[in-house]
Amino acid sequence: MSTLILLLATGLGLGGLYFLVASGLSLIYGLMGVLNFAHGSFLTLGAFVGLAAGNLVGAGTWGGLLLGLVVGALTGAAAATATELGLIRPLYDRHIEQVLVTVGLSLATVALFEGIWGPNPRNVTRTEWLASTTDVLGAHVPNTAFLNVLAAAAVLGGIVAFLRYTRYGLIIRAGVENRAMVTALGIDVRRAFTLVFAVGGAAAGLGGVLATQSLNYVSPHMGASLLIFAFIVTVIGGMGSLTGAAVASVVVAVLQQLANFYLNNTGDLIVVLLLALVLLVRPSGLMGRPA
Amino acid sequence: MSGPNVLEVRGLSARIAGQQVVHDVSFEVPASGVTAVLGRNGVGKTSSLRAILGLIERSGEVLLDGVRVDAERTDRIVRRGVGYVPEDREVFAGLTVAENLRLAERGGSTAEHRELVDTLFPDLVRRAGQRAGTLSGGQQQMVSLARALLNENRILLVDEPTKGLAPRIVTEVAETLAAAARTVPVLLVEQNLQVVERLAERVVVIDAGRVVHTGPARALLDDPDLVQRLLGVSAGEHDPSGEEAATTAEAGR
Repeated sequence: MSTLILLLATGLGLGGLYFLVASGLSLIYGLMGVLNFAHGSFLTLGAFVGLAAGNLVGAGTWGGLLLGLVVGALTGAAAATATELGLIRPLYDRHIEQVLVTVGLSLATVALFEGIWGPNPRNVTRTEWLASTTDVLGAHVPNTAFLNVLAAAAVLGGIVAFLRYTRYGLIIRAGVENRAMVTALGIDVRRAFTLVFAVGGAAAGLGGVLATQSLNYVSPHMGASLLIFAFIVTVIGGMGSLTGAAVASVVVAVLQQLANFYLNNTGDLIVVLLLALVLLVRPSGLMGRPA
Repeated sequence: MSGPNVLEVRGLSARIAGQQVVHDVSFEVPASGVTAVLGRNGVGKTSSLRAILGLIERSGEVLLDGVRVDAERTDRIVRRGVGYVPEDREVFAGLTVAENLRLAERGGSTAEHRELVDTLFPDLVRRAGQRAGTLSGGQQQMVSLARALLNENRILLVDEPTKGLAPRIVTEVAETLAAAARTVPVLLVEQNLQVVERLAERVVVIDAGRVVHTGPARALLDDPDLVQRLLGVSAGEHDPSGEEAATTAEAGR
Protein backbone atom coordinates (compact mmCIF):
# COMPACT_ATOMS: atom_id res chain seq x y z
CA MET A 1 0.00 0.00 0.00
CA SER A 2 2.77 2.43 0.93
CA THR A 3 4.52 1.65 -2.35
CA LEU A 4 1.39 2.51 -4.30
CA ILE A 5 1.00 5.75 -2.39
CA LEU A 6 4.64 6.59 -3.04
CA LEU A 7 4.25 5.90 -6.75
CA LEU A 8 1.09 7.96 -6.96
CA ALA A 9 2.65 10.86 -5.07
CA THR A 10 5.87 10.89 -7.10
CA GLY A 11 3.74 10.49 -10.23
CA LEU A 12 1.76 13.56 -9.26
CA GLY A 13 5.00 15.47 -8.66
CA LEU A 14 6.39 14.43 -12.02
CA GLY A 15 3.06 15.30 -13.58
CA GLY A 16 3.42 18.78 -12.12
CA LEU A 17 6.71 19.20 -13.96
CA TYR A 18 5.25 17.87 -17.17
CA PHE A 19 2.37 20.29 -16.88
CA LEU A 20 4.65 23.29 -16.37
CA VAL A 21 6.31 22.52 -19.70
CA ALA A 22 3.22 21.26 -21.51
CA SER A 23 0.99 24.21 -20.56
CA GLY A 24 3.13 26.59 -22.61
CA LEU A 25 3.41 24.16 -25.51
CA SER A 26 -0.32 23.64 -25.57
CA LEU A 27 -1.19 27.34 -25.41
CA ILE A 28 1.34 28.21 -28.09
CA TYR A 29 0.12 25.49 -30.42
CA GLY A 30 -3.52 26.23 -29.70
CA LEU A 31 -3.28 29.90 -30.52
CA MET A 32 -0.54 30.00 -33.11
CA GLY A 33 -0.29 26.50 -34.54
CA VAL A 34 3.41 26.56 -33.71
CA LEU A 35 5.12 23.34 -32.64
CA ASN A 36 7.80 24.88 -30.49
CA PHE A 37 10.71 22.45 -30.23
CA ALA A 38 12.79 25.18 -28.56
CA HIS A 39 10.55 25.13 -25.50
CA GLY A 40 12.97 22.85 -23.65
CA SER A 41 15.68 25.47 -24.09
CA PHE A 42 13.59 27.98 -22.14
CA LEU A 43 13.40 25.41 -19.35
CA THR A 44 17.14 24.72 -19.33
CA LEU A 45 18.09 28.38 -19.51
CA GLY A 46 15.62 29.21 -16.74
CA ALA A 47 17.13 26.46 -14.61
CA PHE A 48 20.74 27.56 -15.03
CA VAL A 49 20.10 31.28 -14.65
CA GLY A 50 17.57 30.76 -11.84
CA LEU A 51 19.98 28.60 -9.87
CA ALA A 52 22.83 31.07 -10.42
CA ALA A 53 20.63 33.87 -9.11
CA GLY A 54 19.52 31.76 -6.15
CA ASN A 55 23.12 30.95 -5.29
CA LEU A 56 23.82 34.64 -4.94
CA VAL A 57 21.40 34.71 -2.01
CA GLY A 58 22.44 31.33 -0.70
CA ALA A 59 22.47 27.81 -2.13
CA GLY A 60 20.14 25.50 -0.24
CA THR A 61 18.13 28.31 1.33
CA TRP A 62 14.46 29.14 0.88
CA GLY A 63 15.35 32.68 -0.10
CA GLY A 64 17.71 31.38 -2.75
CA LEU A 65 15.07 28.98 -4.06
CA LEU A 66 12.40 31.66 -4.15
CA LEU A 67 14.66 34.06 -6.01
CA GLY A 68 15.71 31.22 -8.31
CA LEU A 69 12.09 30.46 -9.16
CA VAL A 70 11.33 34.11 -9.91
CA VAL A 71 14.48 34.63 -11.97
CA GLY A 72 13.99 31.28 -13.74
CA ALA A 73 10.46 32.26 -14.73
CA LEU A 74 11.56 35.71 -15.89
CA THR A 75 14.45 34.23 -17.85
CA GLY A 76 12.16 31.72 -19.54
CA ALA A 77 9.71 34.50 -20.38
CA ALA A 78 12.46 36.73 -21.78
CA ALA A 79 13.95 33.93 -23.88
CA ALA A 80 10.53 32.97 -25.20
CA THR A 81 9.63 36.56 -26.01
CA ALA A 82 12.90 37.05 -27.89
CA THR A 83 12.32 33.82 -29.79
CA GLU A 84 8.82 34.81 -30.77
CA LEU A 85 9.76 38.30 -31.87
CA GLY A 86 13.01 37.38 -33.60
CA LEU A 87 12.36 33.98 -35.13
CA ILE A 88 8.70 33.02 -35.08
CA ARG A 89 7.03 36.30 -36.06
CA PRO A 90 8.79 36.56 -39.44
CA LEU A 91 7.57 33.03 -40.18
CA TYR A 92 3.87 33.27 -39.31
CA ASP A 93 1.83 30.73 -41.27
CA ARG A 94 4.99 29.05 -42.53
CA HIS A 95 4.74 26.05 -40.26
CA ILE A 96 7.48 23.90 -41.77
CA GLU A 97 9.99 26.73 -41.46
CA GLN A 98 8.84 27.39 -37.90
CA VAL A 99 9.45 23.78 -36.94
CA LEU A 100 12.88 23.84 -38.57
CA VAL A 101 13.81 27.05 -36.80
CA THR A 102 12.73 25.83 -33.39
CA VAL A 103 14.47 22.46 -33.87
CA GLY A 104 17.61 24.31 -34.94
CA LEU A 105 17.36 26.63 -31.96
CA SER A 106 16.95 23.74 -29.54
CA LEU A 107 20.07 22.02 -30.92
CA ALA A 108 22.08 25.23 -30.99
CA THR A 109 21.13 26.23 -27.46
CA VAL A 110 22.08 22.84 -26.02
CA ALA A 111 25.51 23.28 -27.61
CA LEU A 112 25.63 26.83 -26.25
CA PHE A 113 24.69 25.70 -22.74
CA GLU A 114 27.34 22.97 -22.91
CA GLY A 115 29.87 25.59 -23.93
CA ILE A 116 28.95 27.84 -21.02
CA TRP A 117 28.20 25.39 -18.21
CA GLY A 118 29.90 22.21 -19.44
CA PRO A 119 28.28 19.04 -20.80
CA ASN A 120 27.97 17.15 -17.53
CA PRO A 121 25.20 17.40 -14.96
CA ARG A 122 25.97 19.51 -11.91
CA ASN A 123 24.65 18.70 -8.50
CA VAL A 124 22.49 21.33 -6.85
CA THR A 125 22.20 22.14 -3.19
CA ARG A 126 18.64 21.89 -1.92
CA THR A 127 17.06 23.08 1.27
CA GLU A 128 17.02 20.51 4.01
CA TRP A 129 13.26 20.08 3.70
CA LEU A 130 13.35 19.57 -0.05
CA ALA A 131 16.11 17.01 0.29
CA SER A 132 14.03 14.94 2.70
CA THR A 133 10.73 13.06 2.65
CA THR A 134 7.38 13.22 4.41
CA ASP A 135 5.60 10.17 5.72
CA VAL A 136 2.19 9.74 4.06
CA LEU A 137 0.34 6.62 5.23
CA GLY A 138 3.64 4.81 5.55
CA ALA A 139 5.12 6.05 2.27
CA HIS A 140 8.17 8.30 2.34
CA VAL A 141 7.18 10.86 -0.25
CA PRO A 142 9.92 13.21 -1.49
CA ASN A 143 9.02 16.74 -0.50
CA THR A 144 9.88 17.96 -4.00
CA ALA A 145 6.73 16.20 -5.18
CA PHE A 146 4.61 18.47 -2.97
CA LEU A 147 6.42 21.52 -4.26
CA ASN A 148 5.93 20.48 -7.87
CA VAL A 149 2.21 19.83 -7.38
CA LEU A 150 1.80 23.12 -5.55
CA ALA A 151 3.64 25.05 -8.27
CA ALA A 152 1.73 23.32 -11.07
CA ALA A 153 -1.60 24.01 -9.35
CA ALA A 154 -0.64 27.65 -8.86
CA VAL A 155 0.40 28.00 -12.50
CA LEU A 156 -2.78 26.26 -13.68
CA GLY A 157 -4.90 28.52 -11.48
CA GLY A 158 -2.99 31.60 -12.58
CA ILE A 159 -3.29 30.81 -16.29
CA VAL A 160 -6.97 29.91 -15.96
CA ALA A 161 -7.65 33.19 -14.11
CA PHE A 162 -5.65 35.09 -16.73
CA LEU A 163 -7.57 33.46 -19.56
CA ARG A 164 -10.94 33.95 -17.89
CA TYR A 165 -10.72 37.42 -16.41
CA THR A 166 -8.46 39.52 -18.63
CA ARG A 167 -9.03 40.97 -22.10
CA TYR A 168 -5.88 39.29 -23.36
CA GLY A 169 -7.18 36.04 -21.96
CA LEU A 170 -10.38 36.59 -23.89
CA ILE A 171 -8.39 37.28 -27.05
CA ILE A 172 -6.33 34.14 -26.54
CA ARG A 173 -9.38 31.94 -25.93
CA ALA A 174 -11.02 33.35 -29.04
CA GLY A 175 -7.79 33.05 -31.01
CA VAL A 176 -7.46 29.38 -30.16
CA GLU A 177 -10.89 28.90 -31.80
CA ASN A 178 -10.56 31.18 -34.82
CA ARG A 179 -7.50 33.35 -35.17
CA ALA A 180 -8.55 34.95 -38.46
CA MET A 181 -11.87 36.07 -37.01
CA VAL A 182 -10.13 37.70 -34.04
CA THR A 183 -8.09 39.70 -36.53
CA ALA A 184 -11.24 40.52 -38.45
CA LEU A 185 -12.61 42.12 -35.28
CA GLY A 186 -9.77 44.64 -35.40
CA ILE A 187 -7.53 42.96 -32.84
CA ASP A 188 -3.77 42.74 -33.31
CA VAL A 189 -3.45 39.09 -32.47
CA ARG A 190 0.35 39.25 -32.70
CA ARG A 191 0.54 40.83 -29.26
CA ALA A 192 -1.39 37.89 -27.90
CA PHE A 193 1.10 35.58 -29.64
CA THR A 194 4.02 37.25 -27.90
CA LEU A 195 2.22 37.18 -24.58
CA VAL A 196 1.42 33.49 -24.92
CA PHE A 197 5.03 32.74 -25.72
CA ALA A 198 6.11 34.75 -22.68
CA VAL A 199 3.64 32.98 -20.37
CA GLY A 200 4.68 29.59 -21.74
CA GLY A 201 8.35 30.48 -21.37
CA ALA A 202 7.81 31.62 -17.79
CA ALA A 203 6.11 28.34 -16.90
CA ALA A 204 8.96 26.43 -18.55
CA GLY A 205 11.60 28.48 -16.72
CA LEU A 206 9.81 27.87 -13.44
CA GLY A 207 9.60 24.19 -14.29
CA GLY A 208 13.34 24.19 -15.00
CA VAL A 209 14.23 25.39 -11.52
CA LEU A 210 11.75 22.98 -9.94
CA ALA A 211 13.17 20.12 -12.03
CA THR A 212 16.62 20.77 -10.59
CA GLN A 213 15.16 20.29 -7.12
CA SER A 214 13.54 16.99 -8.07
CA LEU A 215 16.45 15.64 -10.08
CA ASN A 216 19.06 17.09 -7.74
CA TYR A 217 21.12 18.24 -10.70
CA VAL A 218 21.10 20.74 -13.53
CA SER A 219 22.18 19.79 -17.03
CA PRO A 220 22.16 21.29 -20.54
CA HIS A 221 20.09 18.30 -21.64
CA MET A 222 17.33 18.40 -19.04
CA GLY A 223 15.04 20.52 -21.19
CA ALA A 224 15.20 18.13 -24.11
CA SER A 225 14.36 15.11 -21.93
CA LEU A 226 11.37 16.77 -20.31
CA LEU A 227 10.21 18.24 -23.64
CA ILE A 228 9.65 14.80 -25.13
CA PHE A 229 7.19 13.87 -22.41
CA ALA A 230 5.65 17.34 -22.44
CA PHE A 231 4.90 16.90 -26.15
CA ILE A 232 3.35 13.51 -25.46
CA VAL A 233 1.25 15.06 -22.70
CA THR A 234 0.20 17.90 -24.99
CA VAL A 235 -0.91 15.53 -27.73
CA ILE A 236 -2.71 13.17 -25.35
CA GLY A 237 -4.44 16.07 -23.59
CA GLY A 238 -5.45 17.68 -26.87
CA MET A 239 -3.37 20.36 -28.57
CA GLY A 240 -4.50 23.73 -27.29
CA SER A 241 -6.38 22.42 -24.25
CA LEU A 242 -4.92 23.59 -20.95
CA THR A 243 -7.22 21.36 -18.92
CA GLY A 244 -6.36 18.48 -21.21
CA ALA A 245 -2.66 19.12 -20.61
CA ALA A 246 -3.24 19.11 -16.84
CA VAL A 247 -5.16 15.83 -16.89
CA ALA A 248 -2.76 14.18 -19.32
CA SER A 249 0.25 15.28 -17.26
CA VAL A 250 -1.04 13.41 -14.25
CA VAL A 251 -2.15 10.35 -16.26
CA VAL A 252 1.14 10.06 -18.13
CA ALA A 253 3.36 10.61 -15.11
CA VAL A 254 1.46 8.27 -12.78
CA LEU A 255 1.28 5.58 -15.47
CA GLN A 256 4.98 5.98 -16.08
CA GLN A 257 5.79 5.55 -12.39
CA LEU A 258 3.52 2.55 -11.99
CA ALA A 259 4.87 0.82 -15.10
CA ASN A 260 8.45 1.49 -14.11
CA PHE A 261 7.87 -0.19 -10.76
CA TYR A 262 5.43 -2.97 -11.58
CA LEU A 263 6.34 -3.70 -15.22
CA ASN A 264 10.12 -3.80 -15.13
CA ASN A 265 11.00 -0.22 -16.07
CA THR A 266 8.67 -0.06 -19.04
CA GLY A 267 7.27 3.35 -18.13
CA ASP A 268 8.48 5.12 -21.27
CA LEU A 269 7.20 2.31 -23.49
CA ILE A 270 3.79 2.34 -21.82
CA VAL A 271 3.54 6.10 -22.30
CA VAL A 272 4.35 5.80 -25.99
CA LEU A 273 1.77 3.02 -26.33
CA LEU A 274 -0.78 5.24 -24.61
CA LEU A 275 0.06 8.00 -27.07
CA ALA A 276 -0.46 5.62 -29.99
CA LEU A 277 -3.75 4.44 -28.51
CA VAL A 278 -5.04 7.97 -28.05
CA LEU A 279 -4.00 8.93 -31.58
CA LEU A 280 -5.81 5.91 -32.97
CA VAL A 281 -8.98 6.17 -30.91
CA ARG A 282 -9.25 9.90 -30.35
CA PRO A 283 -6.81 11.80 -32.59
CA SER A 284 -7.84 15.17 -31.18
CA GLY A 285 -6.70 14.07 -27.70
CA LEU A 286 -8.65 13.72 -24.48
CA MET A 287 -9.98 17.27 -24.46
CA GLY A 288 -8.95 18.70 -27.81
CA ARG A 289 -11.40 19.93 -30.40
CA PRO A 290 -11.96 17.53 -33.29
CA ALA A 291 -10.22 18.68 -36.47
CA MET B 1 -25.78 58.42 -54.67
CA SER B 2 -24.85 60.79 -51.83
CA GLY B 3 -21.31 61.92 -51.08
CA PRO B 4 -18.05 60.33 -52.22
CA ASN B 5 -17.41 56.62 -52.24
CA VAL B 6 -16.58 55.11 -48.89
CA LEU B 7 -14.92 52.08 -50.48
CA GLU B 8 -13.18 51.74 -53.81
CA VAL B 9 -11.81 48.47 -55.10
CA ARG B 10 -9.52 48.66 -58.11
CA GLY B 11 -8.05 45.70 -59.95
CA LEU B 12 -8.41 43.42 -56.94
CA SER B 13 -7.17 39.88 -57.43
CA ALA B 14 -6.98 37.20 -54.77
CA ARG B 15 -5.61 33.73 -54.38
CA ILE B 16 -6.42 30.85 -52.07
CA ALA B 17 -3.85 28.06 -51.78
CA GLY B 18 -2.16 29.34 -54.91
CA GLN B 19 -5.32 29.33 -57.00
CA GLN B 20 -6.66 32.64 -58.29
CA VAL B 21 -10.26 33.10 -57.14
CA VAL B 22 -10.76 36.81 -57.80
CA HIS B 23 -9.65 38.40 -61.08
CA ASP B 24 -9.12 42.12 -61.47
CA VAL B 25 -12.31 43.13 -59.68
CA SER B 26 -13.20 46.83 -59.53
CA PHE B 27 -16.22 48.55 -57.99
CA GLU B 28 -17.19 51.35 -55.64
CA VAL B 29 -19.44 51.54 -52.62
CA PRO B 30 -21.14 54.91 -52.07
CA ALA B 31 -21.26 56.48 -48.63
CA SER B 32 -24.86 55.46 -48.03
CA GLY B 33 -27.24 52.62 -48.68
CA VAL B 34 -26.72 48.99 -49.51
CA THR B 35 -24.59 47.71 -52.37
CA ALA B 36 -25.22 44.04 -53.03
CA VAL B 37 -22.64 41.66 -54.46
CA LEU B 38 -24.43 38.96 -56.41
CA GLY B 39 -23.43 35.90 -58.34
CA ARG B 40 -23.77 32.15 -58.52
CA ASN B 41 -22.27 29.92 -55.85
CA GLY B 42 -18.49 29.82 -55.83
CA VAL B 43 -17.85 32.72 -58.20
CA GLY B 44 -15.70 34.69 -55.77
CA LYS B 45 -18.12 36.91 -53.82
CA THR B 46 -16.95 35.84 -50.38
CA SER B 47 -13.34 35.80 -51.54
CA SER B 48 -13.72 39.39 -52.75
CA LEU B 49 -14.89 40.47 -49.30
CA ARG B 50 -12.11 38.55 -47.61
CA ALA B 51 -9.59 40.03 -50.02
CA ILE B 52 -10.79 43.56 -49.24
CA LEU B 53 -10.04 42.85 -45.59
CA GLY B 54 -6.72 41.20 -46.37
CA LEU B 55 -7.84 37.88 -44.94
CA ILE B 56 -6.54 36.12 -48.05
CA GLU B 57 -3.58 36.77 -50.34
CA ARG B 58 -4.44 39.66 -52.67
CA SER B 59 -3.16 42.29 -55.05
CA GLY B 60 -4.74 45.47 -56.36
CA GLU B 61 -5.94 48.61 -54.65
CA VAL B 62 -8.43 48.99 -51.82
CA LEU B 63 -9.30 52.54 -50.78
CA LEU B 64 -11.27 53.35 -47.67
CA ASP B 65 -12.45 56.96 -47.58
CA GLY B 66 -9.96 57.66 -50.34
CA VAL B 67 -7.00 56.22 -48.43
CA ARG B 68 -5.22 53.15 -49.74
CA VAL B 69 -5.36 50.39 -47.16
CA ASP B 70 -4.34 47.37 -49.19
CA ALA B 71 -0.85 47.36 -47.67
CA GLU B 72 -2.25 47.28 -44.15
CA ARG B 73 -2.94 44.33 -41.88
CA THR B 74 -6.53 43.15 -41.47
CA ASP B 75 -6.85 44.41 -37.89
CA ARG B 76 -5.73 47.90 -38.90
CA ILE B 77 -8.18 48.03 -41.80
CA VAL B 78 -10.97 46.97 -39.46
CA ARG B 79 -9.97 49.59 -36.89
CA ARG B 80 -10.36 52.22 -39.59
CA GLY B 81 -14.06 51.49 -39.30
CA VAL B 82 -14.93 48.31 -41.15
CA GLY B 83 -17.51 46.06 -39.54
CA TYR B 84 -17.39 42.50 -40.82
CA VAL B 85 -20.15 39.92 -40.62
CA PRO B 86 -18.64 36.75 -42.07
CA GLU B 87 -20.31 33.94 -43.94
CA ASP B 88 -21.39 31.19 -41.51
CA ARG B 89 -21.38 33.66 -38.61
CA GLU B 90 -18.05 32.50 -37.16
CA VAL B 91 -19.02 33.24 -33.58
CA PHE B 92 -16.62 32.00 -30.93
CA ALA B 93 -18.46 28.90 -29.81
CA GLY B 94 -16.59 28.47 -26.53
CA LEU B 95 -17.18 32.06 -25.42
CA THR B 96 -20.41 33.36 -23.98
CA VAL B 97 -22.58 35.80 -25.90
CA ALA B 98 -21.36 38.62 -23.63
CA GLU B 99 -17.73 37.63 -24.22
CA ASN B 100 -18.26 37.52 -27.98
CA LEU B 101 -19.60 41.05 -27.84
CA ARG B 102 -16.97 42.33 -25.40
CA LEU B 103 -14.24 40.99 -27.65
CA ALA B 104 -15.66 42.88 -30.62
CA GLU B 105 -15.71 46.27 -28.91
CA ARG B 106 -13.15 48.56 -30.45
CA GLY B 107 -12.01 51.96 -29.21
CA GLY B 108 -14.95 53.71 -30.82
CA SER B 109 -17.56 51.56 -29.13
CA THR B 110 -19.86 53.72 -27.02
CA ALA B 111 -22.78 53.31 -24.67
CA GLU B 112 -24.96 54.43 -27.57
CA HIS B 113 -23.77 51.53 -29.70
CA ARG B 114 -24.33 49.07 -26.88
CA GLU B 115 -27.80 50.47 -26.35
CA LEU B 116 -28.56 50.08 -30.06
CA VAL B 117 -27.42 46.48 -29.99
CA ASP B 118 -29.47 45.77 -26.86
CA THR B 119 -32.51 47.29 -28.56
CA LEU B 120 -32.04 45.41 -31.82
CA PHE B 121 -31.23 42.09 -30.16
CA PRO B 122 -33.08 41.79 -26.84
CA ASP B 123 -32.70 38.02 -27.01
CA LEU B 124 -28.94 38.39 -26.75
CA VAL B 125 -29.30 40.37 -23.53
CA ARG B 126 -31.26 37.49 -22.03
CA ARG B 127 -28.69 34.99 -23.27
CA ALA B 128 -25.59 36.98 -22.30
CA GLY B 129 -24.16 34.18 -20.19
CA GLN B 130 -24.91 31.40 -22.69
CA ARG B 131 -22.12 29.88 -24.74
CA ALA B 132 -22.42 31.05 -28.34
CA GLY B 133 -21.89 27.51 -29.61
CA THR B 134 -25.18 26.44 -28.03
CA LEU B 135 -27.22 29.13 -29.83
CA SER B 136 -29.37 28.44 -32.87
CA GLY B 137 -28.15 29.55 -36.30
CA GLY B 138 -30.37 32.62 -36.20
CA GLN B 139 -29.19 33.60 -32.74
CA GLN B 140 -25.59 33.16 -33.83
CA GLN B 141 -26.27 35.44 -36.77
CA MET B 142 -27.60 38.02 -34.34
CA VAL B 143 -24.35 37.77 -32.36
CA SER B 144 -22.36 38.17 -35.55
CA LEU B 145 -24.37 41.24 -36.59
CA ALA B 146 -24.24 42.67 -33.08
CA ARG B 147 -20.43 42.38 -33.03
CA ALA B 148 -20.25 44.58 -36.10
CA LEU B 149 -22.85 47.08 -34.92
CA LEU B 150 -21.15 47.61 -31.56
CA ASN B 151 -18.65 49.94 -33.14
CA GLU B 152 -18.49 53.20 -35.03
CA ASN B 153 -18.13 51.98 -38.60
CA ARG B 154 -17.51 53.65 -41.93
CA ILE B 155 -18.84 50.58 -43.73
CA LEU B 156 -20.27 47.14 -43.00
CA LEU B 157 -19.17 44.11 -45.01
CA VAL B 158 -21.90 41.51 -44.61
CA ASP B 159 -21.50 38.08 -46.13
CA GLU B 160 -24.61 35.97 -46.78
CA PRO B 161 -26.34 36.86 -43.51
CA THR B 162 -29.52 34.91 -44.35
CA LYS B 163 -27.82 31.72 -45.45
CA GLY B 164 -29.44 28.65 -43.93
CA LEU B 165 -31.84 30.59 -41.73
CA ALA B 166 -35.55 29.99 -41.21
CA PRO B 167 -37.93 32.43 -43.01
CA ARG B 168 -38.88 34.28 -39.82
CA ILE B 169 -35.20 34.80 -38.96
CA VAL B 170 -34.46 35.93 -42.51
CA THR B 171 -37.04 38.65 -41.99
CA GLU B 172 -35.46 39.70 -38.71
CA VAL B 173 -31.99 39.80 -40.23
CA ALA B 174 -33.25 41.83 -43.20
CA GLU B 175 -34.94 44.28 -40.86
CA THR B 176 -31.78 44.61 -38.78
CA LEU B 177 -29.71 45.26 -41.88
CA ALA B 178 -32.23 47.81 -43.11
CA ALA B 179 -31.95 49.60 -39.76
CA ALA B 180 -28.15 49.46 -39.87
CA ALA B 181 -28.07 50.73 -43.44
CA ARG B 182 -29.80 53.92 -42.35
CA THR B 183 -26.63 54.94 -40.51
CA VAL B 184 -23.78 53.17 -42.29
CA PRO B 185 -23.21 51.99 -45.86
CA VAL B 186 -23.37 48.24 -46.35
CA LEU B 187 -21.62 45.99 -48.83
CA LEU B 188 -23.81 42.90 -48.81
CA VAL B 189 -23.09 39.52 -50.35
CA GLU B 190 -26.45 37.83 -50.68
CA GLN B 191 -27.99 34.96 -52.64
CA ASN B 192 -31.54 35.69 -51.62
CA LEU B 193 -32.92 38.02 -54.29
CA GLN B 194 -35.94 38.91 -52.18
CA VAL B 195 -33.63 40.28 -49.52
CA VAL B 196 -31.58 42.06 -52.15
CA GLU B 197 -34.74 43.55 -53.60
CA ARG B 198 -35.71 44.88 -50.22
CA LEU B 199 -32.33 46.26 -49.14
CA ALA B 200 -30.07 47.09 -52.06
CA GLU B 201 -29.92 50.21 -54.19
CA ARG B 202 -26.99 49.01 -56.26
CA VAL B 203 -25.62 45.66 -57.36
CA VAL B 204 -22.27 44.30 -58.40
CA VAL B 205 -22.52 40.94 -60.17
CA ILE B 206 -19.50 38.66 -60.13
CA ASP B 207 -18.99 35.65 -62.34
CA ALA B 208 -15.92 33.42 -62.38
CA GLY B 209 -14.08 35.89 -60.16
CA ARG B 210 -14.77 38.88 -62.42
CA VAL B 211 -17.23 41.76 -62.24
CA VAL B 212 -19.70 41.28 -65.09
CA HIS B 213 -22.32 43.87 -64.21
CA THR B 214 -22.79 46.90 -61.99
CA GLY B 215 -25.73 49.24 -61.72
CA PRO B 216 -28.98 49.99 -59.91
CA ALA B 217 -30.52 46.97 -58.22
CA ARG B 218 -33.94 47.76 -59.62
CA ALA B 219 -32.67 47.76 -63.21
CA LEU B 220 -31.27 44.26 -62.75
CA LEU B 221 -34.16 42.77 -60.81
CA ASP B 222 -36.74 44.17 -63.23
CA ASP B 223 -35.02 42.50 -66.16
CA PRO B 224 -35.75 38.76 -65.97
CA ASP B 225 -33.53 37.99 -68.94
CA LEU B 226 -30.58 39.76 -67.32
CA VAL B 227 -31.19 38.00 -64.01
CA GLN B 228 -31.37 34.67 -65.79
CA ARG B 229 -28.21 35.36 -67.77
CA LEU B 230 -26.13 36.74 -64.88
CA LEU B 231 -27.37 34.73 -61.95
CA GLY B 232 -28.78 31.62 -63.57
CA VAL B 233 -32.18 32.03 -61.92
CA SER B 234 -35.40 33.73 -62.87
CA ALA B 235 -36.33 36.88 -60.97
CA GLY B 236 -39.17 35.07 -59.20
CA GLU B 237 -36.98 32.13 -58.34
CA HIS B 238 -35.19 32.39 -55.05
CA ASP B 239 -34.26 30.79 -51.81
CA PRO B 240 -37.63 29.76 -50.34
CA SER B 241 -36.54 31.12 -47.00
CA GLY B 242 -36.79 34.58 -48.47
CA GLU B 243 -40.53 34.55 -49.07
CA GLU B 244 -41.55 35.90 -45.74
CA ALA B 245 -38.84 38.52 -45.82
CA ALA B 246 -40.06 39.70 -49.17
CA THR B 247 -43.64 39.81 -48.03
CA THR B 248 -42.69 41.81 -44.98
CA ALA B 249 -40.51 44.06 -47.05
CA GLU B 250 -43.33 44.80 -49.43
CA ALA B 251 -45.71 45.44 -46.57
CA GLY B 252 -43.25 47.75 -44.96
CA ARG B 253 -42.84 49.97 -47.99
